Amino acid sequence: MSTPLLEMRNISIHFGGIKAVDDVSIDVMPGEVVGLLGHNGAGKSTLIKILSGAYKKDAGEIFVDGKKVEIHSPIDAREHNIETIYQTLALSDNLDAASNLFLGREITTKFGLVDDTAMEAESRKIMARLNPNFQRFSEPVRSLSGGQRQSVAIARAVYFNARILIMDEPTAALGVHETAMVADLIKELKAQGLGIFLISHDTREMMELCDRVSVMKNGKLIGTERVEDVTEDDILSMIIMGKNPKQAA
Amino acid sequence: MSGGLGNLIKTLQIDTRLLGMIGAFIVISLVFHIATGGTFLTPRNLFTLTLQTASVAVMATGMVFVIVTRNIDLSIGSMLGIIGMLMGVIQVQILPDFLGFGNPAIWIITVLIGLLLGAAIGAFQGWLIGYLVIPSFIVTLGGLLIWRGGAWWVSKGTTISPLDPNFIKLGGASGTIGVTASWALAIVGSVLTIIFLINTRRKHISHGFAVKPVWAEYALGAILVGTISGITAIMNAYLIPTRILERRFTAEGLEMPEGYTEAYGFPISVLIVLFVTIAMTVVARKTRFGRYVFAMGGNPDAAELSGINTRKLTVKVFALMGALTAIAAVIASARLGSAGSSLGELDELRVIAAAVIGGTALAGGVGTIYGAILGALIMQALVSGMGMVGVDSPLQNMIVGGVLILAVWIDIIYRRKTGDA
Repeated sequence: MSTPLLEMRNISIHFGGIKAVDDVSIDVMPGEVVGLLGHNGAGKSTLIKILSGAYKKDAGEIFVDGKKVEIHSPIDAREHNIETIYQTLALSDNLDAASNLFLGREITTKFGLVDDTAMEAESRKIMARLNPNFQRFSEPVRSLSGGQRQSVAIARAVYFNARILIMDEPTAALGVHETAMVADLIKELKAQGLGIFLISHDTREMMELCDRVSVMKNGKLIGTERVEDVTEDDILSMIIMGKNPKQAA
Repeated sequence: MSGGLGNLIKTLQIDTRLLGMIGAFIVISLVFHIATGGTFLTPRNLFTLTLQTASVAVMATGMVFVIVTRNIDLSIGSMLGIIGMLMGVIQVQILPDFLGFGNPAIWIITVLIGLLLGAAIGAFQGWLIGYLVIPSFIVTLGGLLIWRGGAWWVSKGTTISPLDPNFIKLGGASGTIGVTASWALAIVGSVLTIIFLINTRRKHISHGFAVKPVWAEYALGAILVGTISGITAIMNAYLIPTRILERRFTAEGLEMPEGYTEAYGFPISVLIVLFVTIAMTVVARKTRFGRYVFAMGGNPDAAELSGINTRKLTVKVFALMGALTAIAAVIASARLGSAGSSLGELDELRVIAAAVIGGTALAGGVGTIYGAILGALIMQALVSGMGMVGVDSPLQNMIVGGVLILAVWIDIIYRRKTGDA
């Protein structure tokens, strides 16, 4: 068996007395999409925020290419080429697309000043690939549509050569056409060999996009199954009952 | 007609908010000019107006950053008071004993200590806000009381005067650079402006971006150079009163030639404001720090998730505010030639009003440096205009208060219309 691109092993975190994530292990192989499913408050987003550096775990280990890594901040995560697209998109509404795309990683001139022209040029290049219709580069992102904002968030993750991509409800705010666009993009990135963690409530979408799904309930991992081995009903019962029907059988 | 004008503004890429504020300033000036029977729009009055605006304008640029990061600083008036007072003590009671009265090192050391003090006080308040997560309103409200009390405590209620003769040149009419230097500066400024325009255009073309038509670039250049020249001409048109010149000649044991005149040119304090404005604009638009200030104001969580340390950023923003307050303390005490314990009283409100009139949104994320400067100028024009017309001081306050609310209301409508939130 080959080494996972990324592995989170026995991760726990608690807030006050509540164990938000309790001894959970997940992994992703290169070119694989792993879905995270569960009710609101099941601990999916918390688990993922530990990986992206927003939260600090209380216990457990993280491995990239089989090597143990420490992730204490979003900057650490980025250094390991882990990029995140958050549910809330995490854009600064008052800044334009290029400023958001490069936020925290600005291109600077030789005098150390931010080079807006160069950043806009780079943004135009990547947008031409992701969303050719996107033209509104000089407007604050607040004036963009949900799909356009999502393009900015995705461009930001993809631009910096992500190897591991975390997508937290990437299609929650999108229309049918835009959702299809994101699905195509996920398939393209997967083909490029990225490992993708996908969080979604839409079980059918997950069955279509993911190779494996991990189901969580009350902070615990219920089970991880290959999608071809389970039915949608099996997954639903794991989400709702918190039991893995395959193990019970 | 209005469509044509709208297109013109759009082609030139001039901010309509900027135009609105310049328009407001012109209307206010014209009204007072008529009401005072022609004394408001004179070189003498405009010269005085810029001097009076200087210290508030310097602080207003820092307040833009503070408000953009969704904070407020109510302590700056009191900070100005205690820094001014301590600088007064240092230059009058301490340094002359070591260096001798009038030693040119006195003002330099004094200003440096003032800057350090301002940055330290600001950083401390910023630390309380960023790291201990005490709301900025509370920290700086406390600061307002503490630093004002401190100023009284240092001075025991007395006023320190006269200040060091070199120091005083940083604040008022006694420190101007004269006609020739003013024009030289205007020429340098104009050349740099034109170089900047050309460079920007070149860069945009090299990346294949759309650029303004050439005539629009010329027009913009002409407007900017014209503005620089106009302001310089006004400063150079205000003649030094004859009796002051006579006194100067007498002091050197000379006879003043018949019909001799000399103009003031730019006051040093106004040059300080210009320098601060340019520097702060560069910081806001072209540095990572400035970018992060606006990112944090737009969405603190997004900034944090992008790897920006928003706590440290808060400390830096307040330290910068403190340093600018120290500069304002230099200008304010130097202009008066003394440091009293009530120096800077209510300045926090003038500064916040200037920033807000200049389009800084209290919700955070939005604001410009030039807007704050113009806001300060509009406020001061109102106050001194009303003073010249003879409006009672309580009524002045009432009118300024009304104008503040009106300006913010207009701003809200403007944002709603332009979808600028």
